[in-house]
Amino acid sequence: MQNESTVQRPHLITPGINFKEVSDIVCKPVEDKTPKWWFIAFTGAVSLLLLLLSMLSYLIWEGVGVWGLNNPVAWGFDIVNFVFWVGIGHAGTLISAILFLFKQKWRMSINRFAEAMTIFAVICALVFPGIHVGRAWLDFYLFPIPNQMAMWPNFRSPLLWDVFAVSTYFSVSLLFWFVGLIPDLAVIRDRAKTKTKKMVYGIFALGWRGANRHWQNYEKAYLLLAALATPLVLSVHSIVSFDFAVSQLPGWHTTIFPPYFVAGAIFSGFAMVVTLMVLARELFGLKDLITLHHLECMNRIILATGTMVGYAYAMEFFTAWYSGNQYEAFAFVNRAFGPYAWAYWIMISCNVISPQLFWSKRIRTSIPLMFIISIFVNIGMWFERFVITVTSLHADFLPSSWAYYSPTWVDLCTLAGSFGLFFTLFLLFLKFLPMIAISEVKGVMPEANPHHGEAH
Amino acid sequence: MSKNTQHNVHGVMAEFKGPREIMQAAEHFRDAGYKDFEVYTPFPVHGMDRAMGLKPSKLAWFVLCGGATGLAFGLTLQTWVATSAYKLTISGKPFFSYQAFVPVCFELMVLFSAFTAVFGMLIMNGLPRWYHSVFKHSTFHKASSHGFFLCIEARDKKFDQQASIDLLQGLGATNIEVVED
Repeated sequence: MQNESTVQRPHLITPGINFKEVSDIVCKPVEDKTPKWWFIAFTGAVSLLLLLLSMLSYLIWEGVGVWGLNNPVAWGFDIVNFVFWVGIGHAGTLISAILFLFKQKWRMSINRFAEAMTIFAVICALVFPGIHVGRAWLDFYLFPIPNQMAMWPNFRSPLLWDVFAVSTYFSVSLLFWFVGLIPDLAVIRDRAKTKTKKMVYGIFALGWRGANRHWQNYEKAYLLLAALATPLVLSVHSIVSFDFAVSQLPGWHTTIFPPYFVAGAIFSGFAMVVTLMVLARELFGLKDLITLHHLECMNRIILATGTMVGYAYAMEFFTAWYSGNQYEAFAFVNRAFGPYAWAYWIMISCNVISPQLFWSKRIRTSIPLMFIISIFVNIGMWFERFVITVTSLHADFLPSSWAYYSPTWVDLCTLAGSFGLFFTLFLLFLKFLPMIAISEVKGVMPEANPHHGEAH
Repeated sequence: MSKNTQHNVHGVMAEFKGPREIMQAAEHFRDAGYKDFEVYTPFPVHGMDRAMGLKPSKLAWFVLCGGATGLAFGLTLQTWVATSAYKLTISGKPFFSYQAFVPVCFELMVLFSAFTAVFGMLIMNGLPRWYHSVFKHSTFHKASSHGFFLCIEARDKKFDQQASIDLLQGLGATNIEVVED
């Protein structure tokens, strides 16, 4: 077999697998009998989802007083969870769009999975601003909808930019995901054994038949969506960071926020992909398509972005000192050594120290260790948002207004419940949709090249 | 075959072994002067557009228009709201503070472009369309997974049923079938 380059690149999937076997492997979880563990996990996820729904009902019935918010700390778990979930979503877009533009072929095995994660994470994120406004039934005030009061939103507010950024992000991610799914839904349609299944998948496959004239427009649309999603994902977390950075509060009012938030978002999102992927490839037997090489590539990105996040933490401190502004300096000293020092050091150990272990190839390629580290990163990134939000607010300009914020049981149950929403959607995805992009994986197999096997 | 059934024929369709074989077949038909033939593959085969003699997709132009519309809409909406419909004085800043309008303009541009890209692609492809003659081919269910099909359509000026069958046979195709509309 001739290779175009003399450098031996690692195989993207286990060699020797043909096109039909790729379809077989990916469709197996959709076609087989549902495994027992799925029902157990689904029961757990739905229970947590019900917990979320009851917490939301209680909140809407009773009012935001059920949360632990107090006078200086008006943003608590609601905003922390919102930023956490939006951040998780960003890895999906990075994998699907940015790595696509950079022609990183290893992305093909993991993009569907990561995009699904994006969509579900953004759904979880959207819950929080919706309820944070207090009167959830007036959420439509956020949008420029003509109304009988002739009232319009303030377009100069970062909070409104956020409405546009996150809703655009959700819509574009959903479109991108669905476009990728069309040919794969056709695969399931054509393999379906029962009439109902053929019809349901057939409807969503839109009658896709793989004509080359269609692929032509399809590939162009996919490329354009990737090119649009790339600046979009950078803009979304930049705008989320504007929610903080545009205010005058020491600890929030810094120009480093947009790139720092984007790096953090990608960092946390990749950690979540690794957490979920390690489990899924084990449980569904996808080791031939999602190889150790894929996981190692993701761990490298975690290492790179984790280091950027560590740099940002250090740079914030440096700027606070170098600015000569005593409020700014106090905000950071108070972060690391004040009443929330425990949260700060959890964040530092999880986000700065733990990913550095990935310098070692042994750790980077060890499934149990990468699983543990990815969980640490998830925890650390949640705490990062907690530290940014709460420590900056709880001790603002006037010592007389300082207060300590602690979440109530409603806050904690809502956070737990948002994981229920996420995992319910995710488990449904694993059961009913192809979790690997079948046509894209086939497209990067050496056999897919029309000149495969020819001598040069 | 009698004359009145002739017009019901969609085309002659056959299966090929893999990407290389179908590409050679497409090149053959292109060189023979056929225009209305189509290949059906489980994934886009690189170089097939040239092999079939197709022009590049025009989708990007529509998306450009979509993006420009979104941008113009965003700027107009915000300017109108801020300077005439609902004037709010905030920190004494001018009503027309275009710098603050950039994020929403950008987001709307992306949103409109993405919708144009997806729905433009579907419209140009004539999808959704749940019925099509090619689905009648007996092994076409493989086309989405691992089958490579070529169909010479009856509307092509050079179409001749028997000649097409012979040509496909000569190119090493299998499962050669006449599919009806």
